[in-house]
Amino acid sequence: MDSRSDEPELHFSAMGEAALLCQTATAGLDLSEQERFWALADDIEREPGVREVVPGMNNLLVMFDPLNADPRALAALLTDRWASGKARAVAGKIVEVPVSYGGVDGEDLNWIAERAGLSVEEFVSLHAAGDYTVYALGSQPGFAYLGGLDMRLATPRRETPRPRVEAGSVIIGGAQAGVLSRTTPSGWHIIGRTELEFFNPEEAEPTLLLPGDKLWFVVKEIKA
Amino acid sequence: MIEIVHPGILASIQDLGRPGYRRIGVGLSGAMDELALKVANIMVGNPSSAAGIETTLGGFELRFTRDTSFAVTGADADVTLDGGAIPCWWAQDARAGQVLKARSPRLGMRTYVAFAGGIDVPEVMGSRSTDLKGGFGGFAGRALAAGDMLDLHEPADASRLKRGFGLSARKASLIPIVSEEATAVRMLPAAEWEVFPPLAREEFLDAHWKVLPDSNRIGYRLDGAALDTGNVKELLSHGILPGTVQVPPSGKPVVQLNDANTCGGYPKLGVVIAADLRKFAQLRLGGLVRFSLVTAGEAVEALKEQQRVLQQIATQCTLARRFVQ
Repeated sequence: MDSRSDEPELHFSAMGEAALLCQTATAGLDLSEQERFWALADDIEREPGVREVVPGMNNLLVMFDPLNADPRALAALLTDRWASGKARAVAGKIVEVPVSYGGVDGEDLNWIAERAGLSVEEFVSLHAAGDYTVYALGSQPGFAYLGGLDMRLATPRRETPRPRVEAGSVIIGGAQAGVLSRTTPSGWHIIGRTELEFFNPEEAEPTLLLPGDKLWFVVKEIKA
Repeated sequence: MIEIVHPGILASIQDLGRPGYRRIGVGLSGAMDELALKVANIMVGNPSSAAGIETTLGGFELRFTRDTSFAVTGADADVTLDGGAIPCWWAQDARAGQVLKARSPRLGMRTYVAFAGGIDVPEVMGSRSTDLKGGFGGFAGRALAAGDMLDLHEPADASRLKRGFGLSARKASLIPIVSEEATAVRMLPAAEWEVFPPLAREEFLDAHWKVLPDSNRIGYRLDGAALDTGNVKELLSHGILPGTVQVPPSGKPVVQLNDANTCGGYPKLGVVIAADLRKFAQLRLGGLVRFSLVTAGEAVEALKEQQRVLQQIATQCTLARRFVQ
């Protein structure tokens, strides 16, 4: 390899004195880049002075002990590891998520289908036909940020978040899809509900989903 | 055991938080004023990481069901034991049946109560802190309520205190805010600092921001003249930390705190330095805050200084405990 001009370069910014945020300038979401961030996270987590790593959507937050690690040295190390191009393609599990679409538990379905110029049935079948990948967990315990939403279904977030949206709500926010794992305020649109539990703090593995897993939404019913 | 008689607005069991689980979306939780909880623990002979109670704005009352050493730290609150006044940042023994009350603080917002041995609730993911949003940890995963009975661990140091002892909180600047003045908070610029229009940056640093009444352990929402966000756009979701100063489309900054979501996508001006985070624990709703920029080196120095103060206090407390036993 002689030229790496198309290689996404890693940029660093401080998140306080004890963390570095690593990002690239790549526009949009990219799964192969995410696989490199997963590899980088695993790699750097074992370094002395590193406290915690948080993979995001095509980015990585690295937390370190500021009394025992130098951010410049850490950035140099990250650059070096990133340049190796190592990726971790995850053969994740496939999780089927049965969904009751629409009705009171999916109160935004009718109008966001209409906004998209689709019938409710078309909207639901496009949503359920998607091949979703868990990019990262975050925001709330066990919440999965999903890539793979059909762009025809993308809907900008609400101007004002709802103060309370129930756990199990199947939601769309911009180009991202997800299922709420905990009842919480949310500015995303609610299109249905699942009974599946995504987080149990008593379990050794507290989250149902892990980065790299695939999600298949299955239509249980469509309510008027 | 400890019986909660009145919890006040919000009382919860907290320790130093639940690090290590951000990658599955589990945030830190933990005492907002970490130094205050650590000192309360040290005063009763506990490891600084033992679980205690964080109370908010007084209205709090508990009854001891057995003889126990306890300590009260944090805000400058009006605290009584069976009606007799107790200074803040104070440790002593209580007898079974005695009632401890913490009224609304003169200065500050959150009062901490630690007990010899520490509160015995199950560890969930390595911490006894209550994750109020997640509904786990602490006491049944929720805020304390009247009638709750809390078990205590057997203290490693079971010596009784014949007399009480305390720390001169104001003199030692243990309460990190001053009334009537805007609390000065230092931060490091974050990724989007340079992207904000220069005027907006200047206005952000000049303003005395007012803490809005719906601010809480999740975050402090600030009021003032809206900042021009210029060409700054929303970002792909990424890990955020307590102290992250975000600017949503409203142009009014939000400071994310202990119970914040682990990821976010609003543009961020900076991240408050670790040594100054506890100021938000004691900054009252309606209070004023202003920001200044520092370097990472200065932030690390401030952290070292805070650790040195804590070490000094620990030494003083060890001596004091020997003296009053």
